[in-house]
Amino acid sequence: MSLTAKLDQIFVLLQHWISGFFPLWLQPAVGTILAVIAIVATFPGIFAVTTVLERKGLGRMQNRLGPNRVGPLGLLQPVADGIKSLTKEDIVPASADAVVHFLAPVVLVAAIFLGFAVLPVGRNMVLMNMDAGLLFFFAIGASTELSIFMAGWSSRNKYSLLGAMRAVAQMISYEVPLLLSSVVAVMMTGSLSTVKIVEAQSGFTGIFPHWYVFTPWGFAGFVLFVIAALAETNRSPFDLPEGESELVAGYFTEYSGFKFALFFLGEYLGMLSIAGFGITLFLGGWGAPFSFLGFVPSWGWFFVKLFGAIAFFIWLRGTLPRLRQDQLMNFAWKFMLPMTLLNLLVAGAWRFLGEGWSRWVVCSAVLLLAYVLLGRVLMRKQNLGPRSYRYAD
Amino acid sequence: MLGEGMLKGLAETAKNFAGSFVSKERLTTVQYPEERIAPIENTRDFPFLVYDGDDAMAGLRCVACQICEKECPPKCIYIVKSTDKKPDFVGKMQIYPARFDIDISVCMSCQICVEVCPFEAIKMDTEFELSTTDRFGGLLYDREQLSRSNEHYHKIHPTEAAEVDARLAEEKAKAEAKAKAAAEAAAAKAAAAPAPKEAPAKEPGA
Repeated sequence: MSLTAKLDQIFVLLQHWISGFFPLWLQPAVGTILAVIAIVATFPGIFAVTTVLERKGLGRMQNRLGPNRVGPLGLLQPVADGIKSLTKEDIVPASADAVVHFLAPVVLVAAIFLGFAVLPVGRNMVLMNMDAGLLFFFAIGASTELSIFMAGWSSRNKYSLLGAMRAVAQMISYEVPLLLSSVVAVMMTGSLSTVKIVEAQSGFTGIFPHWYVFTPWGFAGFVLFVIAALAETNRSPFDLPEGESELVAGYFTEYSGFKFALFFLGEYLGMLSIAGFGITLFLGGWGAPFSFLGFVPSWGWFFVKLFGAIAFFIWLRGTLPRLRQDQLMNFAWKFMLPMTLLNLLVAGAWRFLGEGWSRWVVCSAVLLLAYVLLGRVLMRKQNLGPRSYRYAD
Repeated sequence: MLGEGMLKGLAETAKNFAGSFVSKERLTTVQYPEERIAPIENTRDFPFLVYDGDDAMAGLRCVACQICEKECPPKCIYIVKSTDKKPDFVGKMQIYPARFDIDISVCMSCQICVEVCPFEAIKMDTEFELSTTDRFGGLLYDREQLSRSNEHYHKIHPTEAAEVDARLAEEKAKAEAKAKAAAEAAAAKAAAAPAPKEAPAKEPGA
């Protein structure tokens, strides 16, 4: 085994080496536990780095320096935040449903961690190579809505309940385009397994990779997936459920101390997992971006892409203002849904138009035309003038 | 086209992001404890007592008239009048505050005490780093802690202090002229008849 191949498989080899110390019948269980420990350690670690990078990045976008007091360049800020949230008082409102109030953040974080089980982080680095991996991820992802609603309902607070209502409405609306936009990757691969989807994109033409994002349907699917993913994870500009200026903090208004930190963790882990799936579906997973860069370990490419996705999310958060509820819903049902459905048709056409340049022209033209026309119709129907009242005046 | 404005916005924030590393002028904030922005002249937060001369307790302008105590909306001023008297800036004997306490934690910085004071004795300070470890006693300031020299007032609010000084000087001159006229009248009267012991000087600022 060459050095690069060894480096590529270093975590897999480590896992085998450690589980080799155990009796044969225990080895699969030990291997799984090790992988779980790795996931539970790595992604919250990335979450900690992300919080400080986000604050610094947003600061720079607003011509500030951002946090720079704790440790060198403020990089120890997450440690200080962690200690702070652990030592803060954990308040449960007197009228709250204490059990559900406690369960909500726990269920949220547990459900989101489950999603990482089918995420291929590198070559041979996936906890569970499920045949229906993608389906599993979306099923688990849908259960976060339950815990958010549990949090909002059990708090007995109008802001919490309103935030939870908004969150559920938004997440259910955007679940549809999220699923439909990722179906194109499944159609092309012919498998729901995340590992197979990555492998299908691992070829190269010349030096360029066969990522799905470099096809008309893949590009449209990727853009739609990113928008739906932003809405799914309640990130700006779709952060209505926790809009500070309207709802205090939305569904976690009544949470403090470490339960609040768990919600925060869950939100960022959700963002990481959905970004990871966007990478898996459209950006070639752990594949190298050019054929001559294959010597870099596969997990290295995955995390480079993950941090790129995080940087893009932060950039969007620093740029876009929050949407209004009706704009949010209009966008989901009048733009996202038709575009994703059309994208499915285009992906089918791509498959049956055969090799050659004609399918590039046809598919791009259809998608572009639909985008321009839909955009025009949506923009024209906007009523941006002052609101008029029929009876109140 | 749909999404055009978004791209413009993204370009703008990217420009800010890159620019903040390159040019220091872009940064809108200062690193507070090390760097400070000089306060503007109209800055004001909590009241202080003005004194003239070098001795803070002897030079206090306050005559313990208690108008500020009565007018203070949150009732954060507490005054005890003295039993003896000391001369004020005109030279007239006045009582003075034996105690003058302001509870800074209660004060709402409304400046009404400054507006009602007929003696220009209480003014607004610009000091804002007042945090203490003692929640109750630490923010209850007595007259020693509250007194600041007229020079300090000139330093923080130069225009306003100059106006106050001019007004006080005018009053003093008026009082002196009056005292002189009264003394002359008394002298003239004394030449004719047995004179009263002291000329009644008019209260300054009235």
